Amino acid sequence: MSVQTWTFIIVGLTFALYIGIAIWSRAGSTSEFYVAGGGVHPVANGMATAADWMSAASFISMAGLISFMGYDGAVFLMGWTGGYVLLALLLAPYLRKFGKFTVPDFIGDRYYSNVARTVAVVCALIVSFTYVAGQMRGVGVVFSRFLEVDINTGVYIGMAIVFFYAVLGGMKGITYTQVAQYCVLIFAYMVPAFFISIAMTGNVIPQLGLIGDVTDGSGMALLDKLDQLHTELGFAEYTSGTKTMTDVFAITFALMVGTAGLPHVIVRFFTVPKVKDARVSAGWALLFIAILYTTAPAIAAFARTNLINTVSNEQYASMPEWFSKWEETGLIKFEDKNSDGVIQYVADAGKNELTIDRDIMVLANPEIANLPNWVIALVAAGGLAAALSTAAGLLLVISTAISRDLIKMQIKPDITEKGELMWARIGAVFAVVVAGYFGINPPGFVAAVVALAFGLAAASFFPAIVLGVFDKRMNREGAIAGMVIGISLMLWYMLKFKFGTFDGGKEAVAGLKDGWWFGISPEGFGTVAMVVNLIIAFIVSRLTAAPPQEVQDIVEDIRVPRGAGSAHVH
Amino acid sequence: MSSLDNRAKQYWRENIKYVLILLAIWFLVSYGFGIFLAEPLNAIRFGGAKLGFWFAQQGSIYVFVVLIFVYVWLMNKLDKKYEFDEI
Repeated sequence: MSVQTWTFIIVGLTFALYIGIAIWSRAGSTSEFYVAGGGVHPVANGMATAADWMSAASFISMAGLISFMGYDGAVFLMGWTGGYVLLALLLAPYLRKFGKFTVPDFIGDRYYSNVARTVAVVCALIVSFTYVAGQMRGVGVVFSRFLEVDINTGVYIGMAIVFFYAVLGGMKGITYTQVAQYCVLIFAYMVPAFFISIAMTGNVIPQLGLIGDVTDGSGMALLDKLDQLHTELGFAEYTSGTKTMTDVFAITFALMVGTAGLPHVIVRFFTVPKVKDARVSAGWALLFIAILYTTAPAIAAFARTNLINTVSNEQYASMPEWFSKWEETGLIKFEDKNSDGVIQYVADAGKNELTIDRDIMVLANPEIANLPNWVIALVAAGGLAAALSTAAGLLLVISTAISRDLIKMQIKPDITEKGELMWARIGAVFAVVVAGYFGINPPGFVAAVVALAFGLAAASFFPAIVLGVFDKRMNREGAIAGMVIGISLMLWYMLKFKFGTFDGGKEAVAGLKDGWWFGISPEGFGTVAMVVNLIIAFIVSRLTAAPPQEVQDIVEDIRVPRGAGSAHVH
Repeated sequence: MSSLDNRAKQYWRENIKYVLILLAIWFLVSYGFGIFLAEPLNAIRFGGAKLGFWFAQQGSIYVFVVLIFVYVWLMNKLDKKYEFDEI
């Protein structure tokens, strides 16, 4: 059967599965809609969290990104996993004990202030919207590449599916769908990885293949071989990288802390029955994520070696079939600058003749390794599962922010449960439509802003929540001042150094690099903004009145697990 | 001070101690071995990889997973010891 037929069959089957689950698990109460009734098994929640967390970017782009960054790719690998340690040790158990539905709930109650709640809602909306736009685009791209439909048609199909299970099932529907999506995406990621690892190193486990020897008969270690190839072509050594140590540190830290501050990740820990389930659930989530995240660097190194071996100094005319196929999509470009018919792939931009889009590393891998057609179709289904699961989780945060944090808590406190549930669904519809709009008309800044969303989360939520638990003396004034100044500083730095807003636009950005504070890039600046938030919050809180006694009692109470009960409306 | 308050205080102190120790390890394997000490560690080989590189792209992630499960185990014991475990 052709790739096309296989793709229709496999993608069709997985979609039928997701919709079946959505019908089986529709939400009947606000508690089910917001936090799946607080009854999700910790392992299932771990899987759902992993699927929620790993987006189209993790699935499609990350291995390729590492492939081109070498050692520096570690900022993503450590940055997007290490945050779960912070979640498990500093946030998840306490927020679960607190027992409400959203992050603004916690901020609003702990800091006894609707201003704090509103600041938190605004931050949650900024972070979630920038994130979700990229996901819907990802759905469209995967559809168009594998089913050969228009990108916009792909976005519409994706919208319809997410609409169906997010609006109907709320958190309950999303959680159980995400469990299925995790299984699909991890299977789709690992199968090609096993095959390529065997082909390159003779070892079936990619994580072991990475530290093994190449099978080309040279007896060299794979990574040494890759370093050697890089040096010959004038690139920096694969295992050394080019970023400064300070910047690598700052980016990694900002991503870790940002992960722990993302509302759509935090809210997942409200769905388990007990405090100890919240702790262990973070462990399961990271284990499930780690399977993909430790495979990605192996794929990156294999694909890089394979690519250089296949193309470097070879006749253009003798390239394999996949080369011309991806050339048609524009993801590979060859320009024969010296007209010798041989591909020169080198670091020197003046002589280099080959440009390669990083996404190709995962998408073309099955073809490069000559895998059967059903594996290629599986990769398409995996990419869709990754994009849809993340989009659904984000949509839920947006709809909850509207129905609960705005309407129920601020505009109309006497709303009935039925009315609130209706507003939650209306919120979800609104969020799907907006996300779809961004998917079809992607603002140019989306790709850049997704990475910065972590900085924004790090600069706003993380300190406010951690201080809320660990510093009993922290008060309303301190938290609000910290959040406002932290996120404003981050936004300002981002506009100045990423978009060149104050210096004449995009063209000025490259020249501003010397002005970076401590040599830290905008992606890593969340670390600085977070520290500023912490310091400001601490100083302001010590200069103003202590929080009222009942709030201090809440802090005492969330510090011990006993008496958590299910998430409830206070 | 009531005995419940006292128990809660001690429980909290021990929890903080665990958190600080585990976060120190968290920092050491990722920022220490993976970033600041990566260059000297690269002189040591781990299979076919340089050790600093391996920690940055593989090792630290394995340690992260273990750290969480160790914390879960420690805290479940601590909850029982101070009778704060959920019934």
